[in-house]
Amino acid sequence: MPRGLTAILPAFEPRSPPELLPVTATAAQPAPAASDDARLAEFEARIARGERIEPKDWMPERYRRQLVRMMGQHAHSEIVGMLPEGAWVTRAPSLRRKLSLLAKVQDEAGHGLYIYCGAETLGVDRHDLVGELLAGTAKYSSIFNYPTLTWADVGVIGWFVDGAAIVNQTALAKHCSYGPYARAMVRVCKEENFHKKQGFESIATLAAGTPEQRVMAQDAVDRWWWPTLMMFGPPDADSPNTAELIRWGVKKYTNDELRQRFVNLTVPQAQAVGLTLPDPALRLDEATGDWRFGAIDWDEFWAVVKGNGPLNRERLATRNAAHAEGGWVRAAATAHAAKRARRAAPAARAA
Amino acid sequence: MYGDVLTVPGESAAVKLDGATAEAKAPPTAAEADAAAGELLAPDSQWQLWEVFTQEAQGAPHEHAGSVRATDAAHAIQNARDVYGRRGKVLSMWVVPTAAISATSPDDAEPFFDPASDKPYRHPHFYKAPRGVKGV
Repeated sequence: MPRGLTAILPAFEPRSPPELLPVTATAAQPAPAASDDARLAEFEARIARGERIEPKDWMPERYRRQLVRMMGQHAHSEIVGMLPEGAWVTRAPSLRRKLSLLAKVQDEAGHGLYIYCGAETLGVDRHDLVGELLAGTAKYSSIFNYPTLTWADVGVIGWFVDGAAIVNQTALAKHCSYGPYARAMVRVCKEENFHKKQGFESIATLAAGTPEQRVMAQDAVDRWWWPTLMMFGPPDADSPNTAELIRWGVKKYTNDELRQRFVNLTVPQAQAVGLTLPDPALRLDEATGDWRFGAIDWDEFWAVVKGNGPLNRERLATRNAAHAEGGWVRAAATAHAAKRARRAAPAARAA
Repeated sequence: MYGDVLTVPGESAAVKLDGATAEAKAPPTAAEADAAAGELLAPDSQWQLWEVFTQEAQGAPHEHAGSVRATDAAHAIQNARDVYGRRGKVLSMWVVPTAAISATSPDDAEPFFDPASDKPYRHPHFYKAPRGVKGV
């Protein structure tokens, strides 16, 4: 190199390679205490700019814990949610309905797995989350502690319960600040639309059927309407987590806002098939365009959440029995993998 | 059909970092396999984590879909099909042990990738052509 040239080139500084980390984060890396405030400020600025937080990004420990709690409960709800409908797979009235129901129940299992997968990026172990569900120490959506008494209940679950879930999950897919959760919700929402539509189709068919079928559809609507409204969680005034979740961009809307959105969507659908929602106070507020609804029985909600719903114990027992009965499948899979590894090992040594 | 399929031709799904790729793991010895089997057979032990990549259209790239737990690669492919391929959109699927992927860290992102944003001469708009000349 000509001598003069080095003078105009910047000094060469060897760049050390970045520290290599595994792709999934371990529990939030401890940061030096002095920089915590600065990191928190930067984190909140990122949220304010609408940026998504990814597994290895720094996050406040409380943000991580809130997400683990929320995603764990959500995943458990998908898994327990298979039980009320699964009870009707063998009794579906036609092959077409049976196919939809099987596919829907399988989807719910898949949704549980998407969300457990997302939760694992926060440094928790899927195995531990499932253990909490089986031990009864983790919560899941209160709605799944109600019984499915007739075939119409299966349709109403698709229409109401999945409809309510779509309202919640669409907001999460669009706005949730935690990337893996938002991405899991995008997948879930694509599939839930089929769940809702097949449920509504099933109810519309019953509503246009014989007088007995009509009565059965109306009875299911009457029993599921209020528990579905409770799915959105306690009213904003009694929801200790909402403000924090909104501040950190995990949630965009409050429980009451989402509940109102669901009511506004569902009332015209019920009217379209000539079914009545069991609320004498329901009326359209011309000024806002919202359907105003009557008071929710929050005592019932808290009783179910605290374990005293119609089927809390039965659901937990069924889930535990299913897990135990699947034990031989897990043992067989591990034994098979071990056998293959044993056979591969001598071959590899010989090569 | 989806047995020993884990050789991905052409490119590695593992994130490559300037020559620093994940070290290929040596196949286990018989003793190691037995030890692993003993561990796996413990009641309800957690299976290994695998990252799943799916290709949704002919000619499209394989993109990260999520993860599954499985005992080995063939099992991971089966689980991945059931979890991420229920809607018939998937043409091809890769699974990679999560532990085999190396990645940059968010703190390093700026010093590590910045040099690339300081080189406008790598782009065509850095260069001028006489007025009226077309197709350059």
